[in-house]
Amino acid sequence: MFSRAYRTAVTVPPLVWVAVFLLVPYLLMFCYSFWSVSDSGTIVHSWNLDNYKELLTKPVYWQTLLRSMWIAARVMFFSMLLGYPLAYFLSFHAGGRKDLYYQLVIIPLWVSYLVRAYAWKTILGTDGVLNTLLQYVHATRHPLDFLLYSPFAVVLTLTHIYTPFTFLPIYASLEHIPRNLVEASHDLGATPQQTFWRVIFPLSIPGVLAGATFAFVLSLGDFLAPLLLGGPSGIMISNIVVSLFGAAYNWPLGASISLCMLAIVIGLLFFSERLEKKWSFS
Amino acid sequence: MATTSEPAATTSSQPSSASLLSIRSVAKHFGKNVVLRDISLEIAEGEFLTILGESGSGKTTLLRILAGFEQSTSGEVWMSGERLDTEPPYRRRVNTVFQSYALFPHMTVEQNVGYGLSIAKRPAAEIQSRLAEALAKVKMSAYAKSKPSKISGGQQQRIALARALVNRPRLLLLDEPLSALDANLRRQMQVELKALQREVGITFIFVTHDQEEAMVMSDRIALLRSGELEQVASPREIYNRPATSYTAQFIGHTNLLDADVRQGTAICSALKWPTAMPDGAALFSLRPECIRPASTTSATVALPTKSATVRFTAKLRDQAFHGATDLLRVESDGGLILTIRTASRDLPNSEARLEFEFSAADAIPVRATSLASNSEERH
Repeated sequence: MFSRAYRTAVTVPPLVWVAVFLLVPYLLMFCYSFWSVSDSGTIVHSWNLDNYKELLTKPVYWQTLLRSMWIAARVMFFSMLLGYPLAYFLSFHAGGRKDLYYQLVIIPLWVSYLVRAYAWKTILGTDGVLNTLLQYVHATRHPLDFLLYSPFAVVLTLTHIYTPFTFLPIYASLEHIPRNLVEASHDLGATPQQTFWRVIFPLSIPGVLAGATFAFVLSLGDFLAPLLLGGPSGIMISNIVVSLFGAAYNWPLGASISLCMLAIVIGLLFFSERLEKKWSFS
Repeated sequence: MATTSEPAATTSSQPSSASLLSIRSVAKHFGKNVVLRDISLEIAEGEFLTILGESGSGKTTLLRILAGFEQSTSGEVWMSGERLDTEPPYRRRVNTVFQSYALFPHMTVEQNVGYGLSIAKRPAAEIQSRLAEALAKVKMSAYAKSKPSKISGGQQQRIALARALVNRPRLLLLDEPLSALDANLRRQMQVELKALQREVGITFIFVTHDQEEAMVMSDRIALLRSGELEQVASPREIYNRPATSYTAQFIGHTNLLDADVRQGTAICSALKWPTAMPDGAALFSLRPECIRPASTTSATVALPTKSATVRFTAKLRDQAFHGATDLLRVESDGGLILTIRTASRDLPNSEARLEFEFSAADAIPVRATSLASNSEERH
């Protein structure tokens, strides 16, 4: 249909782009993870499994990884808790205002991630908006210090940032449900609640899975929110990677952590896609 | 809810024992758009009633009001002496077969059909036996474990029907359920559906835009025109005795004769026939099959006598072969164009002058109502 030259012209640039900026870096990272750093601070290109052994034996790494997963799981849970009802309300009960509300949900995505993270810092800090207010109304005598520089602050911020990402796929899946199925359910005697649990929710499961995967995977790899708001107790695995590639100058160990996370994420995506397929009926 | 409470309290017009459903002065407005106005209709227990109308006539809206998916702007609906239109859809003993079937895609055929019973929390044994019975009735037992996406359109249609009937509703609403099927399957389903309705004895309200379908299946046809009931009658009566010009044209094919009545004689162009109508302008419907070639060649002037046979001469303009019958278009003396349906046979070439006749009793006086312009050539 199209000439050979045209097809080449169209397909080669993106392939080159992906190869140079994605595949080659991954490959390099893969190699680094099997190398090591000498005492004098140079990278030794000798192949060994020491980095992976260190990850398994030193508790700080896998404990941080587990904490990161626990934070990501909470973010996933709370963003579902906010995102699903929001998507349901917009899809089924917003009437003519649907588009307006939809835009309102999307607008935060246009605001820089950093600005939103800093906003929470101003709100949660010792002299922040929340503490000042609490002291002003005499709810507390001293500033609450668990608000900022804690896993709580990280979960809160990440939930705020990633809720639109869970909202979108859920909303899309709810919008795809033919409305006559809801009418048919009512017609067959099901109350609105029964209809929700037996028809609407099962049909929205692909969106729920996609949204949950977004929230979990995106927050698992996040390093800015813990950096800005996490404090020592809110450190996540990506912060360790950042410091290993930076100040600690141990690229091989950093690369091995990155590869482990990559494996976890690919596993999750694969798993959630299989589940989504199982629950899709279009 | 725009319903008046006073008439409801007195229930002056309690439906008679034979009447199952009573639609009283129902109107529906969508903003300024009036979709239904002043619809009143009594539907008998066990009746097969078809609501017939063009698209946009309001027939689906009326059905949705009965199902509970729309609220009427005014008026009331009663079923067996109880107010129906104030109940939510899930508390009405009314089930619907949707136009696109609306089968739940995540459930098997069996789960779809059993949905209503399981919602009603019937005992498992009862669900099983009623399920089996319903699937057997629509000849779909072999597909119990299939997903709806794995069966054909006609089979989905049967499942939609079984899913509604298994609940033993007082009233079954069918919203153009056959429109997605191809012509042959459609005719077969018309017969099956009618037989099934007789067997189960449930009242059916069937919505369609297809007048032939309405004629084949219904006990009575309610013809809707732009949100108003044009005529409610049995298929035979509505065909043979159309009350209005719209009915006459929408159901079947007809010649509308714009006549002038003078002292018991209707005059239209060169045609004259006796009528009981009062003097003045009158509109008559004359079905194409009521006109036939004259049996003997004799006088060309119509004889205005009682139960008269009216004869006239006309030029053949056009002949169309329709299998068993021919459709002729002729121009009578005076320039009146008439359509005639005769048994198929060879006629002389066009421009031939031929003689035709019809009985004066077949010219039915009708009230003039306008027909939407696009449905002129309906068969």
